[in-house]
Amino acid sequence: MIVSTERTISVTVNGVPRETTVPARRLLSDALRHDLQLTGTHVGCEHGVCGACTVLVDGTPVRSCLVLAVQVDGKAVTTVEGLARDDGRGGEILHPVQEAFRECHALQCGFCTPGFLMTMAAGLEARDRSTDITEDEVDEIVGGNLCRCTGYANIKKACRHAAGLMKEAAE
Amino acid sequence: MKPAPFGYADPTSLDEALTLLTEDGAKVLAGGQSLLPLLSMRLASPATLVDINRIPGLDSVVVTPSGDGAGVRVGALVRHVELLHHAEAAQVQPLLARATSNVAHPAIRNRGTTVGSIAHADPSGEMTSVLALTGGSVTVATPAGSSAVGWADFFVGPLETSVHGPAVVTEAFFPALPPRTGTAFEEVSRRKGDYAVCGAGVTVTLDEDSRVTSARASYISVGLVPEVHDLTDAVVGQSVDSADWTAAGALARTLVDPDGDLHASADYRRLLVGVLTERTLARAAQEAQNR
Repeated sequence: MIVSTERTISVTVNGVPRETTVPARRLLSDALRHDLQLTGTHVGCEHGVCGACTVLVDGTPVRSCLVLAVQVDGKAVTTVEGLARDDGRGGEILHPVQEAFRECHALQCGFCTPGFLMTMAAGLEARDRSTDITEDEVDEIVGGNLCRCTGYANIKKACRHAAGLMKEAAE
Repeated sequence: MKPAPFGYADPTSLDEALTLLTEDGAKVLAGGQSLLPLLSMRLASPATLVDINRIPGLDSVVVTPSGDGAGVRVGALVRHVELLHHAEAAQVQPLLARATSNVAHPAIRNRGTTVGSIAHADPSGEMTSVLALTGGSVTVATPAGSSAVGWADFFVGPLETSVHGPAVVTEAFFPALPPRTGTAFEEVSRRKGDYAVCGAGVTVTLDEDSRVTSARASYISVGLVPEVHDLTDAVVGQSVDSADWTAAGALARTLVDPDGDLHASADYRRLLVGVLTERTLARAAQEAQNR
């Protein structure tokens, strides 16, 4: 068994197979930004408290600053760049949470937004869409992310709005 | 805020992992939700990280509902989120789902492991106290073989266990809840999902006439290592509907020795111990009637 200080990893990022060589100590957040030039993932506290760097690994939200890049070898990562869908005509269709953030004015400076979007998208996709979202569910979904601008009221509003959009789409 | 350089290995067998861990400065990486911040803040700078995530056989939850060895065995790679949603495990030992729902946020629970949080031995961790309260143990694998270590022998100090040298904690065992016993778990924290300023896990056991025969509690963020406090004396023989839970809370306040810090003074923590004890015991007693 080899102990390595550097590794070449293969990762499917937003549906695209990517290969890059990283030092063992490279955090996933830094690998996405520095090595793969995907700067949509923001780095706030860098120790797992703020949630700004949240991405999906194999569909599950994780803090990318608390995962090593070498640990996602062979896995699929989704970042905020991969949240909107291709509309087939050279444009994009926003994810319902992106739509809701725009509609509800749920961002000001926007630094925390990528983390909120990824956390909220995963949280809302995991729930039973046939039911109305409760306040407890909203708190549970957004509770792990920090925002210093909005006071959270509009972010929670966006969460309820996005849940409504997803419920409509499921009906 | 970047980890210092280290070597990385991701062995595919426990034997390989243990061999790698014999090297100086080698450390186990499981979920990494406590270890990675320590590395980034340079509070730890191991020479080698031995990532156990690719070792097969460490990711199962084995539930034994009754008989010899009744309880829940949790493998080293089981994430908090799996215990949170494990209906069978919750049936046999309800404290597991109750406590894991208080562990940080969903994104942390998706990655962090229950056994890892126990091996980390943080006094503000939920699962260390649950291991103590349930009378649980861990299985420690070393190059010489595997052995079970009871919770009281495992926790030595804050972030310190009795395990030294090359070793992997491969499993935690939480014994089943006895009959006529209820549980409750509650925390007070400054922000949702944050470390608890104070937390309490309790069990209450009743006899056939719904009189209290046992009341026990273990606290989070109180004291240096998990402890179990027997509060039975304050309520023994009392009927579940009229038991003096306030007296049990008062007794608990005299038994704990919390420290003060930036987030709460020692006195405030002691107050919370009383309040949470009273509340959780009452809830646990109601539940015990129906088990």
